[in-house]
Amino acid sequence: MTLTEARPVKAEPPVHKPSTRKRLVPYWLLVPGILWLLVFFALPLVYQASTSLQTGSLEAGFKVTWHFRTYLDAFGEYWPQFVRSLLYAGTATILCLLLGYPLAYLIAFKAGRWRNLVLVLVIAPFFTSFLIRTLAWKTILADGGPVVDVLNTLHILDLTDFLGWTEGSRLLATPLAVVCGLTYNFLPFMILPLYTSLERIDGKLHEAAGDLYASPATTFRKVTFPLSMPGVVSGTLLTFIPAAGDYVNAELLGSTDTKMVGSVIQSQFLRVLDYPTAAALSFILMAIVLVMVTVYMRKSGTEDLV
Amino acid sequence: MTQKTEGGDVRLAGISKTYGAFTAVHPLDLTVPQGSFFALLGASGCGKTTTLRMIAGLEDPSTGTVSLGSTDVTHLPPYKRPVNTVFQSYALFPHLDISENVAFGLRRRGIKSVQKQVDEMLELVQLGQFAHRKPHQLSGGQQQRVAVARALINHPQVLLLDEPLGALDLKLRRQMQLELKRIQTEVGITFVHVTHDQEEAMTMADQVAVMNGGRVEQLGAPADLYENPRTTFVANFLGTSNLIQAEIAATASDVTTVTCGDVKLKLPAGRCRAQTSPGDRILIGVRPEKVSIAHADDDATVPDSRNRLTGRIVASSFIGVSTQFIVDSPSCADFEVYVQNVERDARLTPGTEVVLHWNPEHTFGLDADQAIDAGVQSVEDAS
Repeated sequence: MTLTEARPVKAEPPVHKPSTRKRLVPYWLLVPGILWLLVFFALPLVYQASTSLQTGSLEAGFKVTWHFRTYLDAFGEYWPQFVRSLLYAGTATILCLLLGYPLAYLIAFKAGRWRNLVLVLVIAPFFTSFLIRTLAWKTILADGGPVVDVLNTLHILDLTDFLGWTEGSRLLATPLAVVCGLTYNFLPFMILPLYTSLERIDGKLHEAAGDLYASPATTFRKVTFPLSMPGVVSGTLLTFIPAAGDYVNAELLGSTDTKMVGSVIQSQFLRVLDYPTAAALSFILMAIVLVMVTVYMRKSGTEDLV
Repeated sequence: MTQKTEGGDVRLAGISKTYGAFTAVHPLDLTVPQGSFFALLGASGCGKTTTLRMIAGLEDPSTGTVSLGSTDVTHLPPYKRPVNTVFQSYALFPHLDISENVAFGLRRRGIKSVQKQVDEMLELVQLGQFAHRKPHQLSGGQQQRVAVARALINHPQVLLLDEPLGALDLKLRRQMQLELKRIQTEVGITFVHVTHDQEEAMTMADQVAVMNGGRVEQLGAPADLYENPRTTFVANFLGTSNLIQAEIAATASDVTTVTCGDVKLKLPAGRCRAQTSPGDRILIGVRPEKVSIAHADDDATVPDSRNRLTGRIVASSFIGVSTQFIVDSPSCADFEVYVQNVERDARLTPGTEVVLHWNPEHTFGLDADQAIDAGVQSVEDAS
């Protein structure tokens, strides 16, 4: 603003000033975003980091004592929940990919004039709250409900019981229900990035591959799928990361045996009121996810594409 | 997949393509001799690309058959045809480097050691040093050559080129025309080339099929098409023709005489593509470069044996090797004349009365029952 005021006084180099101002514009535009992240992301993170290193009790107050033991104790006690979280989130991510890819492919290449309608249907579940939808699943999967009846009649639940996915011929409060809930809730986050990267593929490339002796299956394997990798990577990340930290599905559709680390963190914070342990658990989860994502992105070799 | 010496011609028999009520290609018979450079020439929407895509297998013909040599390939999917295509937009695989793009066809056919062939092919198109670049790092002309190499490495029976030079600028296009011609001569594979550029077709092809409205108007060697157009479309689309409406006055065994107003013109009977009994209407044509132009004062120097018209110069443009005149004559409003700049007559300026004259041998006759301006390229067509 001061530059504008200074202009009438110093009329000598009128060419330079607009250019420096122009150069600064992008940085000014970044300021609100950076402030937002500073206040709502960076500061809480620092605050949580300090909480995780505190000791004390609610009555006596907490003090930073650089007590790194909390991390070891927390992981030692809750590692099964960590393993379960990663297992459930991983399974749900794979299921999302298997369900979402054909759908995204269909929308991108075959839907024609129905494309926009189908896309709206994909995001339609977001019009109701996450919680309400998960509660609805509780009704759908309830004992004596139609789904359980059909699966029982077909003896499918006997099979899943045998595999350890369900227990006692019921769906609710089993690992299967939690994974199904996670899959359902995060499916749109898989479909949308997949669709975006599939839709960008030039149809002529399919023709070119066919022309160069690739059967439709080979065309998919060698051309379509590699070109959709950016979508696969961002879709799996957008599904896996929130799913690993999710606790709503485990709480509503699972039992104490299917507790994920998110539920533990939630109860440590809100019920047990052991803030250091809760904070330490959060950081451990963050570290594990960060390492896994880094390895995954290295492996898929798409750093430059995401 | 290697070249078969016995009868590798491409044969289209009664092939047609309709989309609902629209007919893109009317039933069409065409034979492309093995080893020839064949051009399908026409304005956009004339069905030439659809015809090409039917040979490639990318489009199912509504009727008719496509044969390669003695094999009927009409119902074979593209990946089972010994045919490769160079696409208009090149369609290079963006995730593969140049060397892998070129190797794609070989790998799909299960050939393990491709490196030597890929290197040779990149050498042929002079891109050896770019083997490990990605397509987007190459210029348009280089991408175009990769597309050619990627198709040619498979030694297809036929190479199909869909406006391969359309995206290049004029100078590069000229260069690539010669390059493609050189490659074709070197490898001896049949090339079927789709283009809307008549100059490109004439420079490169041994045989040209001129297409219009889903039909082949005329088929022949470039010089033959140019000298003996059979329709007004061909006469106007390939180069420029001066067409004059006339009436047949007399027919002899070798010379036909026509009248246009009070002017008498002669043409060889063998070059009449129309009814030739006295009284019939006819369109006669002559190419602009065949015509000489003389100042009206020199009228007496024009030999009587020549066809002659009088008129007035409307415009002249000097383009280096030649000067182009547009002459308004009672028989033809925009008569074009191209004169080589050997000895320029300074008196020939716009407004001057002139005599146009040419050897009757250079006159051709066309059926008068067709639009006189068919195939004339308007400004927006020319690209």
